Amino acid sequence: MAVIKIPNNKTPIKEQEPGERIHNFKEVVLGYTLEEAVAEANRCLQCVNQPCVAGCPVNIDIPGFILALKNRDLPKSAQILKSYNNLPAVCGRVCPQESQCEGRCTVGKMKEHEPVAIGKLERFVADWEANQGTMNIPEIPSRKLGKVAIIGAGPAGLTAAADLAKMGYEVKIFEALHAAGGVLMYGIPEFRLPKSIVEREVNFIKSLGVEIDTDSIAGRSITISELKDEFDAIFIGTGAGTPSFMNIPGTNLNGVYSASEFLTRINLMHAYKFPESDTPIRIGKRVVVVGAGNVAMDASRSALRLGAESVKIVYRRSKEEMPARIEEYHHAIEEGIEFHWLTNPIEYIGDDKGNLTAVKCIKMKLGEPDASGRRRPIPIEGSEFVMEADMAIEAIGQTSNKVLLSAFPELKLTSHGYIEADPETGQTSVEGVFAGGDIVTGAATVILAMGAGKKSAKAIDRYIKSKKAVV
Amino acid sequence: MFEITSKEKIATKEYEIWVKAPKVASHAKPGQFVIIRTSPNGERIPLTIADFNTEKGEIRLIFQAVGKTTYEMATMKVGDALQDVAGPLGHPSEIKKYGTVMMIGGGVGIAAILPILKELKRAGNKVITILGGRSADLVILKDECERFSDELLVTTDDGSMGMKGVVTDGMKEVVKRGEKIDQAWSIGPTVMMKFSAYTAKELGIPIFVSLNPIMVDGTGMCGACRVTVGKNIRFACVDGPEFDGYEVNWEELMNRLRQYKDQEKISLENYIARVGDLSWL
Repeated sequence: MAVIKIPNNKTPIKEQEPGERIHNFKEVVLGYTLEEAVAEANRCLQCVNQPCVAGCPVNIDIPGFILALKNRDLPKSAQILKSYNNLPAVCGRVCPQESQCEGRCTVGKMKEHEPVAIGKLERFVADWEANQGTMNIPEIPSRKLGKVAIIGAGPAGLTAAADLAKMGYEVKIFEALHAAGGVLMYGIPEFRLPKSIVEREVNFIKSLGVEIDTDSIAGRSITISELKDEFDAIFIGTGAGTPSFMNIPGTNLNGVYSASEFLTRINLMHAYKFPESDTPIRIGKRVVVVGAGNVAMDASRSALRLGAESVKIVYRRSKEEMPARIEEYHHAIEEGIEFHWLTNPIEYIGDDKGNLTAVKCIKMKLGEPDASGRRRPIPIEGSEFVMEADMAIEAIGQTSNKVLLSAFPELKLTSHGYIEADPETGQTSVEGVFAGGDIVTGAATVILAMGAGKKSAKAIDRYIKSKKAVV
Repeated sequence: MFEITSKEKIATKEYEIWVKAPKVASHAKPGQFVIIRTSPNGERIPLTIADFNTEKGEIRLIFQAVGKTTYEMATMKVGDALQDVAGPLGHPSEIKKYGTVMMIGGGVGIAAILPILKELKRAGNKVITILGGRSADLVILKDECERFSDELLVTTDDGSMGMKGVVTDGMKEVVKRGEKIDQAWSIGPTVMMKFSAYTAKELGIPIFVSLNPIMVDGTGMCGACRVTVGKNIRFACVDGPEFDGYEVNWEELMNRLRQYKDQEKISLENYIARVGDLSWL
């Protein structure tokens, strides 16, 4: 019997050197060449049970697109990807592959082997297609089946919109901000997801006939009853949308930011290009970032790139409970971000002009597991200490934004204030109204929001068809 | 793009424009604001909706040239367009019959007080309006406010119009002669709102103030506009912009308004260097 010989490690990928990249906002990971991508594709076993597919929230035919790549049939590879995923260049960059497709990869289960670099291959194929200059636009039925309103042009809304457009619906997205993309535009930094890629993917979705109405705040610029009158169905994908604060003393001192504000100023408003861009941002010299999720990594690495001398992440639990993607954690470490585990801020200290000068913290220890299954952090009495800081960024999560919800009181909410929706269809308590993404689940990932958008697109199609059949 | 359909200079560095924004015009209520951008590199700033015309699909904005964005707006002509106008945002003013209301406006804040006093008049209130400015030429919209007021007082720092003094002197004057005020509103420079809130408290008059902190998205997504009201942190964009004037932490608000002073200066200087002399504004 032939022994399968597979290189133990993923084909290395070129990255900007840490010493260089901390001075710019350009993408860190530079991507594979064709030869590198084919070499990595050759590591795929093409196994029969395909555990990677089951690990993908949108069930991409992963062995299929990798096989086409292996055979150097890139158009086919891109076509397979696009038939499952409307935003492959985005997912290849920001999905937590280690807990999804790559986490289940058969190669990764072999002794001393890393899984196939599925995310990097997805990115390679998507970028290859985009660089051809011609996107393969699927044929769209000309006779329209009905009209669908989508609230929010983030990952959930864009995905639902694209799928519905492909099925033959007239789709209009209402976006509150001045640019489409949602968290991909205002949240994830340029060095992890270049905005030109988001714009490219948004343009692809527009080419399917989807109309995007920016500066349109659903519930304000257009009322729910106007939406119900004009459209056969509504999909709500607004995102969670309101930053949480710890509410410790000194929260309103100058220099204390929510990660949402800090990142929005940088990513959506391009404050890192100030004064070429009008939106300013404070340049912190000593920065403290609270939290250890992906947003905390993004905020701390952005602060470094703006010119901070030191950036400290404080997290009330330990490294084991850190929610960030492992790749982002490694990048942060390489760039010199300091991690202070089991540390929690209890007060912001300021000067007489209201500017932040220090963060008072307390040491924590881990107790019994809490409702989340993680060990509960407990403050250690008498362990308070002070960290000097002229900027603090809270990246501790979000709660639901009430702008739309307060304009839509019929909509049933969960005890946490999110929209109650069927996990399989996105159906809400109101007929013809569907919801998905963070406004249903609370803050989660881009790919889960996209998965929800896909499921709702199917459910909306069934709903409109059954309604029209009855009429 | 949102076209400017008319423009008028109403005082030194103060302008009034009407802008095509049908979705805002058809849903706006007094007390609400919009977020605007002038260009693709522009910042998002909040401006109160001074008036709206549902039929024409236009809104009226009144602003003072103080920073780069408002200077740029002041140089725009009829036919030019704002890059973005998003709204209406914030809670509308609570319009009902209070009895006698005292409406205090200062500077461009007069533009914000006007739509509220109009509606309060329509709701059957006796409206006493106090407008304040450094000098006569800065007391804008006086005739329009007068039309919807039962009584109008003007205070100027230099005495060039009306009573010499500040709006709080006007407030005390009205109360001294025996007028019973059921509710007051004060909109204008932060320091004016602060002192009118203090005076209202002394006089036992409930007072709303409309806060103008720095904002980014204006829809509750970022928290830049947080203010302390009573013991709570509130977002002016979605919880306000109007709050109980007694409860606002004014020192903190004023500190937060100064957050980007240095950058604002650089931005404006660069802009003036680029476009040339703007002393005519």
